[in-house]
Amino acid sequence: MSRSPKLALLAGFAALAVVAAGPLIAQPQKQAQPKPVPHAASQPAHAKLNLGRPALPEEIKAWDIDVRPDGMGLPPGKGTVKQGDEIFQTQCASCHGEFGQGNGRWPVLAGGQGSLTSDRPEKTIGSFWPDLSTVYDYIRRAMPYGNAQSLSPDEIYGLTAYLLYLNDIVKDEEFELSDKNFTSVKLPNASTFYDDDRETTEKAFWGKEPCMKDCKAEVKITGRAAVLDVTPDSKTAPKVD
Amino acid sequence: MTSPRNRESLSRRRFLGAAGMAGAGLAASASGARAGAPDPLITEVQDWNRYLGEGVDKRPYGMPSRHEKHVMRRDVSWLTASPESSVNFTPLHELDGIITPSGLCFERHHGGIADIEPANHRLMIHGLVEKPLVFTMEDIRRMPRQNRVYFLECAANSGMEWRGAQLNGCQFTHGMVHNVMYTGVPLKALLEEAGVKPTAKWLMLEGADSSGMNRSLPLEKALGDVLIAFAMNGEALRPEQGYPLRAVIPGWEGNLWVKWLRRIEVGDKPWMAREETSKYTDLLADGRSRRFTFIMDAKSVVTNPSPQAPLKHKGRNVLSGLAWSGRGTIKRVDVTLDGGKNWQSARIDGPVLDKSLTRFYVDFDWAGQELLIQSRAMDSTGYVQPTKDELRKVRGVNSIYHNNGIQTWLVRANGETENVEIA
Repeated sequence: MSRSPKLALLAGFAALAVVAAGPLIAQPQKQAQPKPVPHAASQPAHAKLNLGRPALPEEIKAWDIDVRPDGMGLPPGKGTVKQGDEIFQTQCASCHGEFGQGNGRWPVLAGGQGSLTSDRPEKTIGSFWPDLSTVYDYIRRAMPYGNAQSLSPDEIYGLTAYLLYLNDIVKDEEFELSDKNFTSVKLPNASTFYDDDRETTEKAFWGKEPCMKDCKAEVKITGRAAVLDVTPDSKTAPKVD
Repeated sequence: MTSPRNRESLSRRRFLGAAGMAGAGLAASASGARAGAPDPLITEVQDWNRYLGEGVDKRPYGMPSRHEKHVMRRDVSWLTASPESSVNFTPLHELDGIITPSGLCFERHHGGIADIEPANHRLMIHGLVEKPLVFTMEDIRRMPRQNRVYFLECAANSGMEWRGAQLNGCQFTHGMVHNVMYTGVPLKALLEEAGVKPTAKWLMLEGADSSGMNRSLPLEKALGDVLIAFAMNGEALRPEQGYPLRAVIPGWEGNLWVKWLRRIEVGDKPWMAREETSKYTDLLADGRSRRFTFIMDAKSVVTNPSPQAPLKHKGRNVLSGLAWSGRGTIKRVDVTLDGGKNWQSARIDGPVLDKSLTRFYVDFDWAGQELLIQSRAMDSTGYVQPTKDELRKVRGVNSIYHNNGIQTWLVRANGETENVEIA
């Protein structure tokens, strides 16, 4: 089985080194930089144990790669659908398919609109994901698979734009996504998520005194796993020596 | 060699015949020590009885007996596209008590196992804090620590069973859970070092692995029972469990327990990371989705008998199982052998700890009749584990996560056991 991201591993290490050593990207939408650290002798009152050392601004910038729906964390940059298409075909298509349709069991990224109430929901960026920032945040930290954190901010803007295009959320190949217009793009399924409400909607599961004797007259078997026969055969399990 | 089966007493044969035993699976095969012929294992001196065994220099890190090689984590290859972003399963049917041996704790990675030298590991706390800090492992080991036993259950445990019985084995239906003693530092202590600002409400936890696994955690939970752990079962975390440092989020879904923890950002809103939006949200029948369904509801499963651990003997048997709740302690476990017509409360043995696996037993006699076995857990909040159909009624079958419905095992007359659903 060939997985191109793996082949890129070695190159990835080099790229990582460049990122780490390269000039730091300003992140204007992030919260304010930490103030200069007080002298070691004058620990503020909250320091209980005086363990750990101040995190330097350069260190925070190097690791602070997360992006929130309100745009916090977005680096400056831009990329078009067209540019994203090119990057996608070389960096992503081997797993996700040319049009985000997914090869084999690799994740499907596009399509599936209207499938969420069906027998086989197709949960893609267009059909399911609530926030565009998640696309940026996830690509930035984890993709391409096996060569994480190797893409530039502009490349990620381009890829994100291309994914919007694949999902019919933008229709224009010339569309350019940037830190300036990013938060204006809304995903279609955003409004259907709500916070855990089990303690109210499933209240009936609490406080019951369950029946212990003669609870039902008849029991019938309605389904058997053996019919599907998909359980891994224990005889073919990996050997441990 | 004498065959014990040929030497069975008449009365035993009559008993078996009367019970109408069909398959040979069950058989008298059981143990050699039947009355009639002297057992050569007793009458003859065995090799291990005569010759020297291995010395203390042979096993500097002890492993299970070579006769226990079948006890292992297993994966289901068709579940995922690649083993580096996949899951394997704890062999619950081979275990007893409440502590899962470290090497058998199920694994779930999103970018493979990160290999980190402790001296090269850093934990950064920043964001809405007075003083952003970097901790080394040495720093963390100098902080006051706690020891706590907690279960860790993947939110997708039993997720393959929403549409009906699918996998034959509690390892596969329920094996995305483990229970170990953690040693670590309360996250509260680390946050106090940095000084959390009053506007803070959420944290983001991030791993140092190649997926940079990140999840948002409410500050309230972080200031409660969350630990930043460096040890499990008395020794350093196993690499596959986040060595050298992981988050322990008691009672909450396993995905939040970020491994190889390198960064905690303090903020005022959740981050809406991939693992809390596109995954680990519960799609309901109406097409809407619950998010932040952190707590693992009360659940139980009979581990013996189960499809990988059939009944082998008529007469006396031990039924054994596990129960747990993310909301507190297990108060009671009921077991039925007849598909829910009649129930009895199981005998709980061993420690009953908060948000920990709890072991239960039913010691019973089996005459060889067909059994439909279920267990039903009740926790300290009064929650009663629902049936799968009760869950489907309120959630549909598309939610993947948080399937804590009652499991049914069918034990056939020959002892073979299979995963079924009943009405």
